Amino acid sequence: MTAIPIASVEGAIEFILTPQYSNVTGRKKVGGIDQVIELMLNQLWLTVFALAVALAIALPIGLYLGHRHKWESFALSLGTAGRGIPELILIAFFAAAIGVGFTNVMLALAILGIPPILANAFVGIHQVDRGSVEAARGMGMSEFEILRKVEIPLAIPTLMGGLRSAAIAVVATATIAPYGGYETLGDFIINENVYGENGVLAGAILVALLAVALELTLAGVQRLLTSPGLKLRPA
Amino acid sequence: MIDPTLFAAVGEVGEDFFKERSTDTLPCQATNALFCWDWAKDNIDRYGPFFIQHVELVVISVLIGFVVAMGLALLSRRWHWLRVPFLLGTGVLYTIPSVAFFFLLLPLTGRGRDTAIIALSVYTLQIIYRNTILGLDNVPSSAKDAARGMGMTDRQILRRVELPLALPEIVSGVIIATVSTVAIATLAALARGGGLGEVIVGTERGLGIDFKTNLIIAGGLTIGLAIVFGLLLMGLQRLLTPWRRARPA
Repeated sequence: MTAIPIASVEGAIEFILTPQYSNVTGRKKVGGIDQVIELMLNQLWLTVFALAVALAIALPIGLYLGHRHKWESFALSLGTAGRGIPELILIAFFAAAIGVGFTNVMLALAILGIPPILANAFVGIHQVDRGSVEAARGMGMSEFEILRKVEIPLAIPTLMGGLRSAAIAVVATATIAPYGGYETLGDFIINENVYGENGVLAGAILVALLAVALELTLAGVQRLLTSPGLKLRPA
Repeated sequence: MIDPTLFAAVGEVGEDFFKERSTDTLPCQATNALFCWDWAKDNIDRYGPFFIQHVELVVISVLIGFVVAMGLALLSRRWHWLRVPFLLGTGVLYTIPSVAFFFLLLPLTGRGRDTAIIALSVYTLQIIYRNTILGLDNVPSSAKDAARGMGMTDRQILRRVELPLALPEIVSGVIIATVSTVAIATLAALARGGGLGEVIVGTERGLGIDFKTNLIIAGGLTIGLAIVFGLLLMGLQRLLTPWRRARPA
């Protein structure tokens, strides 16, 4: 057996910090902090745009169905069924059937974000205590005011739970965006023969850090959005 | 961009020995039509081994995840202070994308099926653990008190009262974990872990990432597998909780 280059954490950190010669691209150097930042920002923007599109589609539908208490089984089963979408095949199919590039990959990712956001929006609003809603109605609030001032604030933890699930799925899948013709950190992972074993490990570390950072940010946003009265409740 | 050498055909001996297959490029194959029936009829058997690998990846990973998650749940039922660290720990592991996890293991286990199974089972931990403690929490204390009043030991209460009453939530967790794993296991091929992802990013001749018929067959098999697993587990859930059916809807 020939010697297999083994990835090491030290090597991966070196790859992240300083560009090095690739054994494929010849004189061109790969890796280094500049390329890392570029690809990380690519992945972050792709994720943010896809989540925004998913929110714009899924949130109104979920809120409406939850407020009207309609189509319960549809909303609930969508949440589970959405997890069965094979992300690799979705990205590849979008690329093959529609085309490559930022917009197409972004739309494919948005599809992955829709089910958790819609399902959680439904559940969050649907579960709001009917007494509170009736009280608001008795006070003369319009249906829209009830949704905005009573139901949404009470449902924030569940709504944010949906957004966080969507974010985890989307940022993870943005890793394989290079298969759809858009370079993200996944490029380090997918093209091992360009970046070498240390590049692959570096890509994995960076993707993991990005995902955890995004999750922590959204957890912080959830704290900010949750009304102080809800935080007093024992968990 | 995609490196072309990744998809170059290698090792082209084998299957054609066993089945007469047209070597000419079919018309709809050449134009890459949305779905090439003639090609599909001729080549569907090639998906068999990958499909079986996929089923194995999912079943083994979910089983390992289930056993470990149940262990964690029972430990944190006994010692309550373990609950927060377990939730945080499994939560962080869940947040790390599987595709990254495969390669974080690179210095430890290299590439291959074992690496894929470790990463996939780690992913299921949080889902099954959370649902299990949720289910155990939802058991009415009156039921536990009644059992204690009947003279049951702690172990008997767990086995004959708490676990059966928590079953719907536990199985719901297993359903979500299984359906997710079916989808994510397509990524195992990136770490040479086998499964249906191989027909997309692997080196199998005639298949490939931009051949639409191949993508539709692989996608159909994956989604179909997720549906079959989901329905089987829902059936199991019904069988295991006969008392729920007696209740008026």
